[in-house]
Amino acid sequence: MSVWKHHGKLERHSLLLIIGIVLVVSVGGLVEIAPLFWLQSTVEKVEGVRPYTPLELAGRDIYIREGCYTCHSQMVRPLRDEVERYGHYSLAAESMYDHPFQWGSKRTGPDLARVGGKYSDAWHRDHLVDPRSVVPESVMPPYAFLANKELSVRDIREKMQAMTALGVPYTQAALDNAVTDLEAQADPFSTDAVALRKRYGAKVVNRDFDGDPDRITEMDALIAYLQMLGTLVDFRTYEAAAPANQR
Amino acid sequence: MLVAVVLGGFLFFLGAMFTDDPLFRFQAMIFVAAAVLAGFALTAGVSGGLFRDSPARYMDGVVRAGVIATMFWAAVGMLVGVVIAAQLSWPTLFYFPEAGWLNFGRLRPLHTSGVIFAFGGNALICTSFYVVQRTCRARLFGGLLPWFVFWGYQLFIVLAATGYVTGITQSREYAEPEWLVDLWLTVVWVAYLLVFLGTIWKRKEPHIYVANWFYLAFIVTVALLHVVNNLALPVGLLNHRSYSLFSGVQDALTQWWYGHNAVGFFLTAGFLGMMYYFVPKRVERPVYSYRLSIVHFWALIFIYIWAGPHHLHYTALPQWAQTLGMTFSIMLWMPSWGGMINGLMTLSGAWDKLRTDPVVRMMVVSIAFYGMSTFEGPVMSIRAVNALSHYTDWTIGHVHSGALGWVGFISFGAMYCLVPWLWNKERLYSNRLVEWHFWIATTGILLYICAMWVSGIMEGLMWREYTPEGFLAWSFIETVSAKHVENIIRTLGGLMFLSGVFIMIFNLWRTVKLPSVDRNDALAAPLPAAA
Repeated sequence: MSVWKHHGKLERHSLLLIIGIVLVVSVGGLVEIAPLFWLQSTVEKVEGVRPYTPLELAGRDIYIREGCYTCHSQMVRPLRDEVERYGHYSLAAESMYDHPFQWGSKRTGPDLARVGGKYSDAWHRDHLVDPRSVVPESVMPPYAFLANKELSVRDIREKMQAMTALGVPYTQAALDNAVTDLEAQADPFSTDAVALRKRYGAKVVNRDFDGDPDRITEMDALIAYLQMLGTLVDFRTYEAAAPANQR
Repeated sequence: MLVAVVLGGFLFFLGAMFTDDPLFRFQAMIFVAAAVLAGFALTAGVSGGLFRDSPARYMDGVVRAGVIATMFWAAVGMLVGVVIAAQLSWPTLFYFPEAGWLNFGRLRPLHTSGVIFAFGGNALICTSFYVVQRTCRARLFGGLLPWFVFWGYQLFIVLAATGYVTGITQSREYAEPEWLVDLWLTVVWVAYLLVFLGTIWKRKEPHIYVANWFYLAFIVTVALLHVVNNLALPVGLLNHRSYSLFSGVQDALTQWWYGHNAVGFFLTAGFLGMMYYFVPKRVERPVYSYRLSIVHFWALIFIYIWAGPHHLHYTALPQWAQTLGMTFSIMLWMPSWGGMINGLMTLSGAWDKLRTDPVVRMMVVSIAFYGMSTFEGPVMSIRAVNALSHYTDWTIGHVHSGALGWVGFISFGAMYCLVPWLWNKERLYSNRLVEWHFWIATTGILLYICAMWVSGIMEGLMWREYTPEGFLAWSFIETVSAKHVENIIRTLGGLMFLSGVFIMIFNLWRTVKLPSVDRNDALAAPLPAAA
């Protein structure tokens, strides 16, 4: 049959073969991924989602550095048991400022998309220092070293600038006050916390997350991040069944 | 060339001096050390006349180096796998509170990258270098370029591995290295494509052999996937950290478009190339069907690319994308089995070799595992099945039936073929040791994947189980402790597979020590029987 003969051309000309390969492998990605950038319905319009505060952003970078995503997902699926176990299913809008996303792919530990506010700061600290002190059957690694390591703030402004360049709406004031805001959030008595809340919303709480008032540690940042996860959208007012939110 | 090395080394030295980021300095210093070593090697090589071209012979030195690297990284990557399996089995014994770099979260990327990219990547590069020369009857293109590809790739592995344990990661699964290392890999990969294509251009055969189509699709598509998925903005030119260009849902699909095709093109297309050379060569039969190889080649590479969204079922990814991903994943079953049938049926008339040649048996079992996991994959991509299997150990078991069974065994088979061919030996040191390797490793895989089926399906069912009163039946931690026994069996299975690798290394090392024979493997050597 002639089709097989025509294929002979591809077998004799490597450039034709490469062009064929590139064309064939491009289709799927173009059809599936490209529309996500211009279809308005991909990401819902919701109230409350905001950029991370500097302390939370630093905590998120520690979450990434330690590979937490290898065991914890941040994506509650719209299944009855998950919604009852973890809370409202995750919206695309809730991770729209996540460069990169942290949805995860494995639950060796529980989902963390809505862990914020479920446990006290002290529980998180104890659990991170020695997971088996509060959950005896846990297989999680210990993260005691976070409590002894002072948080590096030297490039926090650059990090927020990079995020801004990628489309995260940090204000100029937020960039200018990156370090002040970071320190304010870890200090329960800070006078700068008023300005911090003005920039990031009334729900932001300034606390001594790790129970060590003398310094800001990596533990402070990580707990600050964990405590805000999934708390931004107010699901008492969110209408999941509204046509605009159906995808 | 020397100038480029010195200049590069100097630039990284400056970078290391002026950065205030200790992790960036660490990686820059590795580059400097590599440049110094490369400078010395080049100088010594040029003055000692080591680089004289011998165009009449195949370039096998770099393939031999690749075989050694493959076996070395196999041992390292799988050892780390056994360690992290032990951590999940006995967390009080295998975690060290003050040594954060030994925690599961940092070692897991080390294990996945170690096995996929260090072991698998070296196996692919060295076999492709061997195969493309034989099937084109041409020496590798580019003078020292193949050696640059080899050492450049090892440098990439060292940078990635040291990066993971020191905490340099962009958290994209199977694409964890940060922007600096990604750029380096891009350079190495372009050089790899050049060597491979250049050799094809020099070929003395009119047709490009089928194995080379698969290798070529693997090299080209991995380049595309790597570049798009790693689009990121560095925090600073002297900062190790970067943030991905995309966010949230778009980022998730880009990553899993990459992630699934790391499986499709790195772990499937590349290793099918390996299969299409080493199976026919070893059993001395032509490939079963030429037309089947054409059909399944184009169908495979076309359909694979669509399958990514099945990693995101029931997530915030729009449902139309999930449905497309699932549909194509199910269709993918057919071209996958086309490859399996073409590989297995190549044994027509030579089935007796299953009994007599343990290397053939290893390769045939690898094709069987390929068929098994490419059936399991489409099943798991069905939304209703995925609702149960996603996030559980079932996925881990599925990956390992492919990685240990298919990728591992076909590579071991190729290495068992290559060592006597490359070092001019009549035979392997011991076929009985290959038998031992085969049975220990096969039992290990079965223990591993059965344990993961049980624990994965069990935890999936426990998560969704309700009491008669309508409450969730189990707290999360009860589903964790329920997996303890399966975790131990998994560790044991992994340990057995690793023991097989050590037996193999011993066997290959003794083979190299055997007296050499003259194999007359100059450029005029006949081609493998090709259909």
